[in-house]
Amino acid sequence: MNWPKIARYTTSKFYSALLDLLPIIVVILVFQFIILQKPLPNYQDLILGSLLVWVGLVLFMEGLEWALFPLGNSMAFALTNKGNVFLILLFAFTLGFSTTIAEPALIAVSKEAARVSSVAGFIGAEEAALDSFARGLRVSVAASVGFAILIGVLRIFKGWPLQYIIISGYAAVVGLTFIAPEEIIGIAYDTGGVATSTITVPLVTALGVGLASSIKGRNPLTDGFGLIAIAVMMPMIFVMIYGLIVL
Amino acid sequence: MGVFDFSVNFFEVLWTTLLDVTPVVSLFAIFQYLILRRPLEDFRKVLAGLVMVIIGLTFFLIGLEKALFPLGEMMAVQLSEQEFMTRFGVNLDSWTAFYWVYIFAACIGFATTIAEPSLIAVAIKANSASGGTISTWGLRIVVAIGVALALTLGTIRIVIGIPLYIFIIIGYIIVMIQTIFAPKSIIALAYDSGGVTTSTVTVPIVAALGIGLASVVPGRNPAIDGFGLIAFASLFPIIAVLAYAQLLLFVQSLKTKKT
Repeated sequence: MNWPKIARYTTSKFYSALLDLLPIIVVILVFQFIILQKPLPNYQDLILGSLLVWVGLVLFMEGLEWALFPLGNSMAFALTNKGNVFLILLFAFTLGFSTTIAEPALIAVSKEAARVSSVAGFIGAEEAALDSFARGLRVSVAASVGFAILIGVLRIFKGWPLQYIIISGYAAVVGLTFIAPEEIIGIAYDTGGVATSTITVPLVTALGVGLASSIKGRNPLTDGFGLIAIAVMMPMIFVMIYGLIVL
Repeated sequence: MGVFDFSVNFFEVLWTTLLDVTPVVSLFAIFQYLILRRPLEDFRKVLAGLVMVIIGLTFFLIGLEKALFPLGEMMAVQLSEQEFMTRFGVNLDSWTAFYWVYIFAACIGFATTIAEPSLIAVAIKANSASGGTISTWGLRIVVAIGVALALTLGTIRIVIGIPLYIFIIIGYIIVMIQTIFAPKSIIALAYDSGGVTTSTVTVPIVAALGIGLASVVPGRNPAIDGFGLIAFASLFPIIAVLAYAQLLLFVQSLKTKKT
């Protein structure tokens, strides 16, 4: 083991993570001491918490390069080498579906949605009705993210321009906002963010860029990005349609 | 209090992180080994990296939840209290009375976006995919400026009380117009930058800001207004990145004209 080299490497990683966190620290200190002119409450928690954030960010960033990027990348190359379109689309759909269905934020949002709809009298107040509404919502959001990744991957293969997909998608969002039941609109917009967890984003980005680099005639920058954008848009459309059908 | 509290929370957060990671990693494993039959090149390194990702994210989330979020929330409320605002002798009936809130919103929006791990990941990939033309820090700063603008405008909206959908629809119209004129290579990245700001760090602090402010301003609904800020925060980075790309193109065309 080359200890001095490892020590230098580790120090540089901690230093760069500190730079990432510096703005938050500065903003909080300046506002608390200079503008609000109040002492820091339970500063022990604050110091311990900040150290955890710092160490956590260093570990996460290192793990990103060791695991998440290589996983996404090698999958992209393996899939294009196999060349089986059905398999690629199956993978894309399952990827979107499986990362979304267990998402804690989505579980919380769908329970809240069931409660709101029940209070508004759209569905029954009994447990079974609430559960089936919440489950239906969760499945439709997960299916929409799966469908979004599928469309996004298909786009990379075919080289379709992203802007047409996005513009027609948001036109649908705006149109549906006018006809969907009012109670579902806020929920629909909220579900847009569920597909962007800190684990999913690096994996999906690496997959997209990997696919675009291994397919002839595709540019990693122009064609590799865009999966996240479609995955944010699609749940809004699906949830409003779900609201139109169920409510 | 103290150490015990942190340890209980550790296992809770670790469990949620594991729930987040397990389905996607199992899917990759099944495809890689059973269907594609292509083992990973460096299995042990990937495994070690996964452990680091899980432990790192757990630490990161606990630290934010225990230390930074409560403080940020408290500050948002303190800044919009009458006692604080009258110290500067401003007219409370005017929307400008809340100017410290707007400044705080801009600063905290910028700062949390710089620390957003998913944005760092996207910026690293954008740097390598563009062959180094797009700098990692450059992209992050542009997106952070977008979020800062979004939160300033979003908090002003909460105080004035203009309906959210007007802003959102106008925002998307601006995005569509920009899309037509922006360099084609940047469009996908710009749209993706909007999505990543709805991730781990930004959402809790932004929601807290919206809810805190809405509970102080009379006649606002905390549930609706807290959400509105997040919608702003995912729209403005798109506008910022597209505008930045256009600016670069414009500066370049000026330079070529001169020579």
